[in-house]
Amino acid sequence: MKPIKALAFAAGLLAFAGSAAAEDTFIIVQSTTSTQNSGLYDALLPGFTDKTGIEVRVVAVGTGQAIKNARNCDGDVLLVHAKPAEEKFVADGYGVSRADVMYNDFVIVGPADDPAGIAGASDVGAALGAIGEVQAPFASRGDDSGTHKKELSLWAAAAVDPASASGTWYRETGSGMGATLNTAVGMGAYTITDRATWIAFGNKGDFEIHVEGDAALFNQYGVIAVNPEKCPNVRAEKAQSFIDWLLSQEGQQEIADYTRDGQQLFFPNADPAKVN
Amino acid sequence: MQDFGAAFAEAFRLIVSGDAALMEIVLLSLRVTFTAVFFACLIGLPLGAALAVGRFPGRGAITVFVNALMGLPPVVVGLVVYMMLSAAGPLGVLQLLYTPTAMVIAQTILVTPIVAALTRQVVADLNAEYDEYLRSLYLPRGRMMATLLWDARHSLLTAALAGLGRAFAEVGAVMIVGGNINHVTRVMTTAIALETSRGELALALGLGIILVVMSVTINAALMSVRHTAERHVHA
Amino acid sequence: MRDLPVDGDVSGNAAGPRRRDGETLPVVLDQVGYAARDAALIGDLSLTLEGADVTVLMGPNGAGKSLTLRLIAGLLKPTSGTIRWAGRETPLRHSVGLVFQRPVMLRRTVRANLDHALAAYGVPRGARAERIAHLLSLAQLEDRGERPARVLSAGEQQRLSMVRALAADPDLLLLDEPTASLDPQSTAIIEGLVHRAADAGVKTVLVTHQRGQARRMAGEVAFIHRGRLTEVTPARRFFDRPQSDAARAYMAGELLV
Repeated sequence: MKPIKALAFAAGLLAFAGSAAAEDTFIIVQSTTSTQNSGLYDALLPGFTDKTGIEVRVVAVGTGQAIKNARNCDGDVLLVHAKPAEEKFVADGYGVSRADVMYNDFVIVGPADDPAGIAGASDVGAALGAIGEVQAPFASRGDDSGTHKKELSLWAAAAVDPASASGTWYRETGSGMGATLNTAVGMGAYTITDRATWIAFGNKGDFEIHVEGDAALFNQYGVIAVNPEKCPNVRAEKAQSFIDWLLSQEGQQEIADYTRDGQQLFFPNADPAKVN
Repeated sequence: MQDFGAAFAEAFRLIVSGDAALMEIVLLSLRVTFTAVFFACLIGLPLGAALAVGRFPGRGAITVFVNALMGLPPVVVGLVVYMMLSAAGPLGVLQLLYTPTAMVIAQTILVTPIVAALTRQVVADLNAEYDEYLRSLYLPRGRMMATLLWDARHSLLTAALAGLGRAFAEVGAVMIVGGNINHVTRVMTTAIALETSRGELALALGLGIILVVMSVTINAALMSVRHTAERHVHA
Repeated sequence: MRDLPVDGDVSGNAAGPRRRDGETLPVVLDQVGYAARDAALIGDLSLTLEGADVTVLMGPNGAGKSLTLRLIAGLLKPTSGTIRWAGRETPLRHSVGLVFQRPVMLRRTVRANLDHALAAYGVPRGARAERIAHLLSLAQLEDRGERPARVLSAGEQQRLSMVRALAADPDLLLLDEPTASLDPQSTAIIEGLVHRAADAGVKTVLVTHQRGQARRMAGEVAFIHRGRLTEVTPARRFFDRPQSDAARAYMAGELLV
C-alpha cells in the first residue's frame, strides 16, 4: 500500500472510531453504580430522550469517584448519594446547586444462619455492635463511595472501630457494590447495601435482609449541575433541562413507577417549591 | 453456586436470538479492538524493526523499556489516558473522554509495546539471515526494514494476534476511559463486568463464552490465512 | 568503460548506460589485518585485484577465505592496514556482486527476488520486466519465475543468487563456494555465468575447495593459510607446482587446517 493511501485509510478509521463524538446532542451524567445496577436509568432515560432529543450518557462509578470526575469537569450532571460531600462540591464552586431527587434506604444483608444473631433488629447501631462483638465477617466497600461513607458513619455511631480489625473479620474489598455483594455472598459476610441494588441483585445465594427500617439507614440521592464557571466545557443548558425534568412531576412519577419484582426501588422526594 | 450449564444456555440464547443489544456491543468491541491493533501495528511494526536493525544511541534501553511495557496493567494505561483526556487534563479540549476514540487510544497504547517487542524479535531473527545480503545491496535503513517486515509478514501476524488478544480481553483501560456507557462505549468486557456487579453471573459468563468463541474464531481465521499464504511462499 | 560483447553486458543491460560513474578496480589490500576478540583472524594480507580474470582463493577450512571475501566486499572493516577500491575508501555502490555459500533467498517469488534487487540498484520499474526475463534465461530458470524462491532446489537457488548478483552489472564478483554440494548441471551453469562475466570484463574472486573447478576457472590462485597469504601465483604455474610449502601440502592432501 502506498503511504498516502495508508494515511487516508488510517484517517478514515479514526473518523470511524470517533464518529460517536461528532455532535453534542448528549450530556454526561456522573452517577453511582447503585442507580445503574438497579436498572433505573434503563427505565427512566428513554422517556426524557424521546421528549427532548437529548441523549443521556451515564458513567456509573462510586460516589467518591463520580465527584472526582465531575471536579475534573468530565461530566455535566452529578447524581449521587452522599449529601455532605455533595454540599461540599457545591460550596467549592463546582456545582451550581444541589436538589433532592429521591431516596431509598440501606439494608444490612447477611447469611441465613446469621452468626451475629441480628435478624429482625431495628437498631442498626446495636446490630453492628453485635457483629463487632462476635467478630462475624463483614464486607466493606472500602472505596470512598456513598455507601462506604454511610457505613463508616454507622460504625462511628455504634462506637465500633472496624478499621483496627481490617484484614481479620472486617474485609475491605475496595470494589463497587456488586463486586462487594458477590464477595460477601462468597465468604458468608454481612454487608450493607442500598435496597435498590439488593432487590435487583441476581446472585443473592442464601442471603437475607437482617436489618432495615432504622432512620439512620435513610439514603438520599441528590442531583447537581456542574458549574459552567468552573467548567466552561459543560453543556449547561442541556444539563439543566435534564435536572428540571428529573425534578418535575413527570420525572418524579417515572421514578416512582420503576419497580423490580413488584417492589418500588426509589421514592421521589423532590421539593415541589424548587420545581418550576 | 451458579450453574455453568445456565451460562452456556444463556450464551446460546443470546446468539440464537440475535439479541440487538449484544450485536451492538460485539460490533463496538470489534471496531475498537481492530482499530487499536491497526494503529498499534502502524507504530509497533516500524518501531520493532528499527529496534532490530537500527544503530542509534539508546537502542538497548528502549528495547528493555518496550519489553517491560508489555506487562503494563490496563488500569494504569486507562488512568493515564483518562488524566490526559479529562477536561481538566492537557488534551481535554479534544472532548474525547467517554468516546470509542478514547478507548482506541488506550488500547493502542496497551498493544503497541506487544507488537513492537514481538516485531523486534521476529525481524532480528530474519535479519540474522538477510543482513549481509541486504547490506551488499546498499539498501537505505528504511528500505531494509521494509524488506524485512514484508518478508516476515506471516510471523508478524502472530504479533498482531497477540495484540488483538490483549486488546480484546482487557477491561481495565476501556472501563475508565470509555465509562461503560450504554449504546456508546459498552463493549464485551465492560458488559461482563457490569453483569457481574449486578450479580447476573450466568449472563456475565454467557457473554464471556461468546467473547472466547469470537476470539477463537478470529484467531483461527487469521491463522488459516497465514497457513495458506505460507504454503504459497515456503511450501 | 569496458568493451562489451555484442549482446550487451552480462546483466542484459544492452542499451542502458552504466549507472555508476567510475570503476572499482583495482582493489588493493595493503597489510590488511582483522581481529575479533583479540584473536587475529587475518594478518598482513596484501593483494591487488585487477583485470577481468578469475582469482581463485584456496586454502584449508578456517584459513580466513570467507573473511577475506567480506573484507574485499566492504562488508567488514579491517582492524589494521587499508583496502582501497580504485583509490576510494569504500567500494562504489552496487559495484560488487556477492554470492554466498548458502544462498540468501528472500521469502518471495523468484521474480520478486530479482525485482527487489533491481529496485535496490535503482533500475526504474518499467525497465525491470525485460531485465528479469533476461536474467531468468541466463540462470535457465525461465519457468520458475512465479515459484517461491525458497522452494527451488539448492542448485536453482544458487543460480538465482548468481544472476541476482549480476543484475547490478558489477565490476567485481565475489563467490564464496557457490557450487559446494551442487549437482553437475547447476555447477556447469554457474561456471558458464562466471566465464560470461569474465568475457564482459568482470573481475571475479572465487573461493572453492573443488580442484577441478579451480583448474577450470582460475587465472591466478591466491593461497591462504592461517589468515596469511602464502602465495599469489598464475594458475598454470600453481597447478604445476605451488610455490609455498603450505599450498604444496594442501594440494597433496596433507594439509587439513
